[in-house]
Amino acid sequence: MSERRYSKEHEWIRVEGDTGTVGITDYAQGQLGDVVYVELPDPGKKVARGAQAAVVESVKAASEVYSPVGGEVTAVNADLAGNPALVNESAEDRGWFFKLTIADRADLAALMDEPAYKKFVAELG
Amino acid sequence: MSESDLKTTPLYALHQELGAKLVPFAGYAMPVNYPDGILAEHLHTRAKAGLFDVSHMGQVRVDGADAAPLLEELVPGDIQGLAPNAIRYTLFTNDHGGIRDDLMATRTADGVFLVVNAACKDADLAHLEAHLGARARIAMLADRALIALQGPGAAAALGRLEPALAKLPFMTAGAFTIAGIACQVSRSGYTGEDGFEISVRDRDADALARTLLRDPEIMPIGLGARDSLRLEAGLCLYGHDIDTTTTPIEAGLAWTIGKRRREQGGFPGAAVVLDQLKRGPARRRVGLKPDGRAPAREGTVIVDAAERPLGTVTSGGYGPTVAAPVAMGYVAAAGAAPGTEVGLMVRGKRLAAHVVKLPFVPHRYAK
Repeated sequence: MSERRYSKEHEWIRVEGDTGTVGITDYAQGQLGDVVYVELPDPGKKVARGAQAAVVESVKAASEVYSPVGGEVTAVNADLAGNPALVNESAEDRGWFFKLTIADRADLAALMDEPAYKKFVAELG
Repeated sequence: MSESDLKTTPLYALHQELGAKLVPFAGYAMPVNYPDGILAEHLHTRAKAGLFDVSHMGQVRVDGADAAPLLEELVPGDIQGLAPNAIRYTLFTNDHGGIRDDLMATRTADGVFLVVNAACKDADLAHLEAHLGARARIAMLADRALIALQGPGAAAALGRLEPALAKLPFMTAGAFTIAGIACQVSRSGYTGEDGFEISVRDRDADALARTLLRDPEIMPIGLGARDSLRLEAGLCLYGHDIDTTTTPIEAGLAWTIGKRRREQGGFPGAAVVLDQLKRGPARRRVGLKPDGRAPAREGTVIVDAAERPLGTVTSGGYGPTVAAPVAMGYVAAAGAAPGTEVGLMVRGKRLAAHVVKLPFVPHRYAK
């Protein structure tokens, strides 16, 4: 069983046990436009909740990606190096950024579930 | 500035209909891209033809028998040497040899016609009036739109509507009727490709744009791709690659200063500019190609092997045709030779890059 949570900064996290997989939402990729480069954290790096963990570059600009929960990075999506457009094609699946061990599951409580995130995005106009 | 204070061009309704993402630019609501996105728009322009709304730019007439010699008091370009209907890229310089704006000047029957940058147009008009107002008639054409059609398919597409346009020589202009609409057309552009810039009355702009977009070869292109196209073509963006603190010589624009002007001077900042021309400038605008995949944006510090600062990136991003990051910036003249290895400080890390010859993508102007 996995559950999915969303941040106000448009990251998603899929939770399976103590492991979280993080990416940016389909709404976020649409706002960014064509992704041409993703800078990912090194495995082993400890990230705090809400701290910058990655950078996504579109043709136009660079945007910071924050970790929705605190933890230690265990893996990154190697496919993004050769094919950053995966973020546009499959933002919430094959375009994932990194996996981490979740330090404190209480961090998840501050995030939105899917209906709440959908409402949040709808209200952005 | 709130959204409602933004000015709009005569193509605003069309942009909305086409699903453009509109952003504030120089006081106007302008399309940054359409639904296909910057990458697709950029590649389409290089492959076929793209239509750009550049109506925010300033169109200025300087009329009078002496318009050409008078304009030379403000620019280093050879304007008197322009044949009727010929166009030249030139610069308004300041007393320190800095650049107030860059512009296109066309010799007309009545004087000179100028196209200037949107963000500078009010200041340019005031500058022209202050210096030449007593001796020439100066008027901003506030009721005209400007539509650029750029790309290898542009001439054929326009030729289907007005065959004479396909034969208009590069960097010349003339009056033409396109689909029944009176237009002033220049064969020029800002993408490195062959193309045209069409000045048309505001009230005809929408009809002209819709007529052009009915051609399956032509796609609407936003400011995002306009920027990546001009960057790959090594062309300067005012306020970024050139401004009041950069001289034409530092910017690599010495070619815009004609032989007679080099000998005679007589433009603002001539002493500084001609001295730099003779001795060489302390810094130069160069092309920069990161070795890796990470783009280096405007403001990135350029460093040498010992991480000592050499200069700053003035334009940088991803070049869709190059399929890699590309940038331009200023470096100390000693480090300006193509092939020089430099570092770009991106997010605290030194990324390896090389100085390269501009443009990144060869120009393909009409012969």
